[in-house]
Amino acid sequence: MSRRKASQPISTGSDWTFELIEAYDREIGRIAADFGLDTYPNQIEIITSEQMMDAYSSVGMPLNYNHWSFGKQFVDTEQNYKRGRMGLAYEIVINSDPCIAYLMEENTITMQALVIAHACYGHNSFFKGNYLFRTWTDASAIIDYLLFAKNYIRQCEEKHGVEEVEKLLDSCHALMNYGVNRYKRPRPLTAAEERERQRSREEYIQSHLNDLWNTTVPQRIDEEAGKYPRFPAEPEENILYFIEKNAPLLEPWQREVLRIVRKIAQYFYPQKQTQVMNEGWACFWHYTLLHQLFDEGLVTDGFMMEFLHSHSSVIYQPPFDSPYFNGINPYTLGYHMMQDIRRICEHPTDEDREWFPDIAGSDWLKTLDQAMRNFKDESFILQFLSPRLIRELKLFSIMDDSSRPTLKVDAIHNERGYRAIRESLAAQYNLGNREPNIQVYNVNIRGDRTLALRHYMHNGQPMGESTDEVLKHLHRLWGFQVQLDSVTPDGTTVKSYACPAQEASVEATA
Amino acid sequence: MSYIIDRRENAKKKSTVNRQRFLRRYKQHIKKAVEEAIHDRSIRDIDQGGQVTIPKRDISEPVFHHGEGGLRHKIFPGNKEFVEGDEFKRPEGGGGGAGQGKASNQGEGEDEFTFNISQEEFLDFMFEDLELPWMVRKQLKDATSFETRRAGFTSSGSPEKLHIVRSLRAAHARRIALTDKDVRKQIRVLRKELWALEETPASPERTEKIDALRAQIAVLEKSSRKLPFLDDFDLRYTNLVRVPLPSSKAVMFCIMDVSGSMTQSVKDIAKRFFILLYLFLNRNYKQIEVVFVRHHTHAKEVDEQEFFYSRETGGTIVSSALSMSADIIDSRYPPEDWNIYIAQASDGDNWDGDSATCSKILTERILPKTQYYAYVEITTGPHQNLWHEYEHVHEAFEERFAMQQITDAGEIYPVFRRLFEKRTEGAHEPS
Repeated sequence: MSRRKASQPISTGSDWTFELIEAYDREIGRIAADFGLDTYPNQIEIITSEQMMDAYSSVGMPLNYNHWSFGKQFVDTEQNYKRGRMGLAYEIVINSDPCIAYLMEENTITMQALVIAHACYGHNSFFKGNYLFRTWTDASAIIDYLLFAKNYIRQCEEKHGVEEVEKLLDSCHALMNYGVNRYKRPRPLTAAEERERQRSREEYIQSHLNDLWNTTVPQRIDEEAGKYPRFPAEPEENILYFIEKNAPLLEPWQREVLRIVRKIAQYFYPQKQTQVMNEGWACFWHYTLLHQLFDEGLVTDGFMMEFLHSHSSVIYQPPFDSPYFNGINPYTLGYHMMQDIRRICEHPTDEDREWFPDIAGSDWLKTLDQAMRNFKDESFILQFLSPRLIRELKLFSIMDDSSRPTLKVDAIHNERGYRAIRESLAAQYNLGNREPNIQVYNVNIRGDRTLALRHYMHNGQPMGESTDEVLKHLHRLWGFQVQLDSVTPDGTTVKSYACPAQEASVEATA
Repeated sequence: MSYIIDRRENAKKKSTVNRQRFLRRYKQHIKKAVEEAIHDRSIRDIDQGGQVTIPKRDISEPVFHHGEGGLRHKIFPGNKEFVEGDEFKRPEGGGGGAGQGKASNQGEGEDEFTFNISQEEFLDFMFEDLELPWMVRKQLKDATSFETRRAGFTSSGSPEKLHIVRSLRAAHARRIALTDKDVRKQIRVLRKELWALEETPASPERTEKIDALRAQIAVLEKSSRKLPFLDDFDLRYTNLVRVPLPSSKAVMFCIMDVSGSMTQSVKDIAKRFFILLYLFLNRNYKQIEVVFVRHHTHAKEVDEQEFFYSRETGGTIVSSALSMSADIIDSRYPPEDWNIYIAQASDGDNWDGDSATCSKILTERILPKTQYYAYVEITTGPHQNLWHEYEHVHEAFEERFAMQQITDAGEIYPVFRRLFEKRTEGAHEPS
């Protein structure tokens, strides 16, 4: 491609038209293909800010079942937006095939082009390429599945009353983060199959359950541990799944609702694990693609100024002591890491050669593509965060040990600190560390059917204050006594929670 | 390949259902906010929409999360002067959660969840479950609501109301009726003859006969075929008629004491009470007339503007207002056509000897004709003579005559609700 070709810019004003959007999409798509980005077909939808708020409040999906919490989200968004406290996102993109991207009608043509590059080619190729999305989500089926879910829940509301369904959904939502399989690969879901199998599943589960509970006449509690094998034999991390399959008292429709919440949680699970990479990838590509447009003379200087202005505010990282600081900005971290990988490939320094012998000097397109496909945030940072970037962002680590009166800076951006910082930062993106690790440990199937959960403590971090509330929800689903023990790695129980509360939760001696 | 779709015309308000569910769930909170708004606001903007604030903890959705404590490492950007090994106190407010910076996103100002409800919604909450008691449907006269009902079939009408089955059935009947039974019989007989002849061996005579028979049949059939398959006459149309619905016409008399004994604050309370009443009536009843009567020593029927904003004042003769209302009822609102309601507000201070007249007018001329009479006494002191007199009236007309006392502005809304709360049909108030 010849630089600075004397071609006409696609647009000069700031207003957009459908023809212009089409023209930009064509050009950006062409360049993206030249760079080897593999995408789903795009479906670009122009919507109003009101519709954007709607989309916001149903977790970004074009359709979803009805629930008050989405209304709360909407009311909140509306209030903040009307008061000018927040701008709406420029775009929402949905991991579906075709990949649906929303563009707001209020945007200028520059913003529309930016969004097309960012969402329709950046995020889109990430959805299609990254191993987590490939494994866990089925882009072609999600819209159909949501439609099925929406209709099913509406039918349930008609049959059993809005309130009944709402209570159930409240409880499911409280445990939504524990409705995912972290390791086991799920079967791909299709809406048609779902509908067909739904009936037979209802019947099967009901009969299967009855077997389990029928043969177990409650006996006097026999406290000889080890006499009976535990049920489940292995601890189960997917609490909603366990309840769906084993709760004795749930109606078939309630199990189906649990399943719906679980499936949707599973669909969003990869997004939670790849935020830094996904945004970084999309920012990297909108930057690269639009610069290519500029090099070809297809956009004006004014266009570039406007674009760079939004680009730099998106990837701005306020320092830790700024009033705007709200954690590490995933856009900043992701974008810089992607650029950094390209730099290491194209212009490696001695330091890079020492730290990244495999990729220093390699083909940057191939290396970036491999990184995008085969990593999630945690492993991506662990693998690719370079000392140079740590210095540029001036990262430092603080150790907060509740048993000590002070905080301690235990690593900064220097030779001794690089590895520690990289490991800590990667660990911050490990969902397993962020959320308490809670698993179904045992069910007293021969006694009072108590469901025992275990919280495997990480670094001595206790459960938060809403634990009792969540247990109430769990109790509603399970139908019998529910118990949660916080357990240290050496097996001592630090604290127990129960619902309904027995003799008040006991502070066990450690 | 990309598809570009313009969705701007698509359904907006997709979140309406969810929003309503949210409002329904937090009804108690919203009602409280509405109640507060009613006595905090000036009379003029009492019916505006409003802001509702709910404590964050009441609407949080609980999830399992880590609490404070334990050991954690956190990475921050933008280091300025820290070097490895620096130690410092935990920042205030952050609670030792995760060190500096966290305090800003855990800021204290976020404990409340605030949102706006529209004027419509505000009024909905304000007047929820209130009604004019003992309203009955009167008279069909002046009915403005109609219902369309089916009323059989007619032989004329517009094409879109054509009833096909009925029309064809009529045509069939006509055709049967108009063809001569004998003709059809004759045709059958001739046919049989013809078939019989055709069996016999051929001869010139037979051919002649067959031809003759055939001609005869043809003539007869032709005559019967002349009847049209469908005639204008057969067409049937669905008949729809407009049936007037009995309406519940009602009139509300607002009687306000503006005598000298009513202080400014008492008048303000009375006005607020009537504003509420007025808003409630306008909102919930389409067909309602309101008669405003203000009185000191003389009663005067006034318009809305004067009722709420005039400053005229004087002594107190309550019976003047009552007899005026009774006259208005007699001349303009015959009780067989109208549901009559009266709301009276006063400080209870009356000209000596007039209270007896009042109760006489009430029991003889007014209460027999009214559905409901609400008396509000606005006073902070002991009850005045009017109240004592009215207590007897209340005993005589327990259901129709209600009395309540308001001492300060905060009680207006609760009293209003008590007076107009929805009663289940046929239920009687406990004695």
